[in-house]
Amino acid sequence: MTVTAVPNVAEAVETTPESHLHPAASFDLADHPVPNGREEVWRFTPMRRLRGVFDDTPSQAHLDWHTTLPEGVVVREITTEEAIALGVPAPVDRPSALAVARAGGAMLVEVPAGLEVTEPVVVELVGTDAGTQVYGQVVFSIGAHARATIVLRHKGSTRYVSSVSVLVGEGANLAFVGLQDWADDTVHVGHVGMKIGRDARVRTVTASLGGSLVRLVETTEYDGPGGELEQFGLYFVDEGQHIEHRLFVDHNEPHTRSRVDYRGALQGEGAHSVWVGDVLIRAVAEGINTYETNKNLLLTDGCRADSVPNLEIETGEIEGAGHSSTTGRFDDEQLFYLRSRGIPEDEARRLVVHGFFADIIRRIGVPEVETRLLAAVEKELEVIVGPSAESATDTAEAAS
Amino acid sequence: MSELRISDLRVEVETESGPKEILKGVNLTVRSGEVHAIMGPNGSGKSTLAYSIAGHPKYTITGGSVTLDGTELSTLTVDERARAGLFLAMQYPIEVPGVSVANFLRTAKTALSGEAPKVRTWVKDVNAALERVGLDGSFGARSLNEGFSGGEKKRNEIAQLELLNPKFAILDETDSGLDIDALRIVSEGVNRYTSQGDRGLLLITHYTRILNYIKPDFVHVFVDGHVVEEGGVELADRLEIEGYDRFVRAAKVDA
Repeated sequence: MTVTAVPNVAEAVETTPESHLHPAASFDLADHPVPNGREEVWRFTPMRRLRGVFDDTPSQAHLDWHTTLPEGVVVREITTEEAIALGVPAPVDRPSALAVARAGGAMLVEVPAGLEVTEPVVVELVGTDAGTQVYGQVVFSIGAHARATIVLRHKGSTRYVSSVSVLVGEGANLAFVGLQDWADDTVHVGHVGMKIGRDARVRTVTASLGGSLVRLVETTEYDGPGGELEQFGLYFVDEGQHIEHRLFVDHNEPHTRSRVDYRGALQGEGAHSVWVGDVLIRAVAEGINTYETNKNLLLTDGCRADSVPNLEIETGEIEGAGHSSTTGRFDDEQLFYLRSRGIPEDEARRLVVHGFFADIIRRIGVPEVETRLLAAVEKELEVIVGPSAESATDTAEAAS
Repeated sequence: MSELRISDLRVEVETESGPKEILKGVNLTVRSGEVHAIMGPNGSGKSTLAYSIAGHPKYTITGGSVTLDGTELSTLTVDERARAGLFLAMQYPIEVPGVSVANFLRTAKTALSGEAPKVRTWVKDVNAALERVGLDGSFGARSLNEGFSGGEKKRNEIAQLELLNPKFAILDETDSGLDIDALRIVSEGVNRYTSQGDRGLLLITHYTRILNYIKPDFVHVFVDGHVVEEGGVELADRLEIEGYDRFVRAAKVDA
């Protein structure tokens, strides 16, 4: 990295996707005016619930940090300038630009080059007050040919405006799990920017369970040819919750791969999920392969899932590109099949929902997290499966 | 001695142009120990018969009855019918992602018998049942029917038949789409099931081919939503030679 001064860096690393779907990324706050909610990227978001997030409310508050670090993994504080000099992806919107500008420096978690750790690196960030706005910048740097599993877990109550960068060195192998396990009153708006080095392999799992409003922009760019991304996500959206994941995979290097699979279950009045999956295949990105899919299960009336896959292709010299999106209720045929083997209706529903998510959860590879997520699936099911099956039986008996 | 009795069964399905009657008064009784073959041309309502007995929500019973040992099935839910002793092997078994074959079978067995099967013997039983139909042990861990070939799905249905061992089984065109080896393996599974002597089988098929392997006690020719002729295995032989034309033409004249 040769650039050091902030303004120059901002110029130098600024990327301008041709995509009309993404505003230009920039460290400069002036490039990110306060949105009015009619912009393409903000139109799904309930702006009124984001008071204070856009208007640069000053705050020195931080989340509580708890880390579990395998030997050789280092955490230290760095300045904003140092973070930018590391080559972190530039902020994509006003909140993430504010996070970088106002966090007062970043926490850097470093897995040195060549280090292979089997135990997961766990970073737990805990909010303590839903009334306090917190700006936070976290940078994960995985050295060349290193191998690691990282769990970034958010808990508690807060209003969190965040920038997370994941820099993956060449030939490295990373599993990255991001958990939004917030309390019900939390608002979290952030950007997770990933840069994947030459021939590196990255598997991510984003799980958003809690929070009143969670809006994450997850971007991926490649820092050399041959990089591979597998990106999984799951979310449970309950009454009144807004959970939004906006993904952007920028195939800016040849022979790179991306696979995206996000799944959500919604229940309750006003439960709203948004999934936007943008893929840009640049003219230089020959021989790439990409596939994106999003599936939503609507468990009750009154919930809404927006699902928008977009594919922009600037070269035809590719191996493959596709996407799919499905949103629906329980599959009657699946329920019929299971029930025709004697399995009661509530148990059949349980199996179907469980299976829907287990497909993704079993890829995480961190037993403690898998257990936590499976328990969360069970908890979601209690609400719809237990009582509703009971009342159905009652009705049937009353009718007969 | 158990008995599955179908009396004057009438069934409708909802179509774009309103309800349409598919089954127009079906009469048929299967007793335990008997193998009945229902043969008929495409569109005659054979599958509708299978699915409406099992309780598929798409079909509405508008008249007649289906009883299992005196219990009216149409008053029972889908899973209650299964627990009463009914099994349907489907023509197109459904894929259920993320639900393993082993977990599915254990859940079904638990639901049917009212208690969880013993872990030690159950795993062995499942693997043995899968292997008997030519599915290796890895299938237990795979998602139910997901990515299975057509033949593998049918074999899996028969493995379920043997493991769950219902009083009455309806096989809906289990033979369709099977190559000769798979057909033999599937038939052997069905014969192991019926050879217990106290099980009833309703074999729905379009082709006589499977009757080279599974010998029916009774053959029913099914045309235009009801049984038009009944006989023994010799009726199947006649169909092999003459086809369904004669019956289809007769049905048209009647109409």
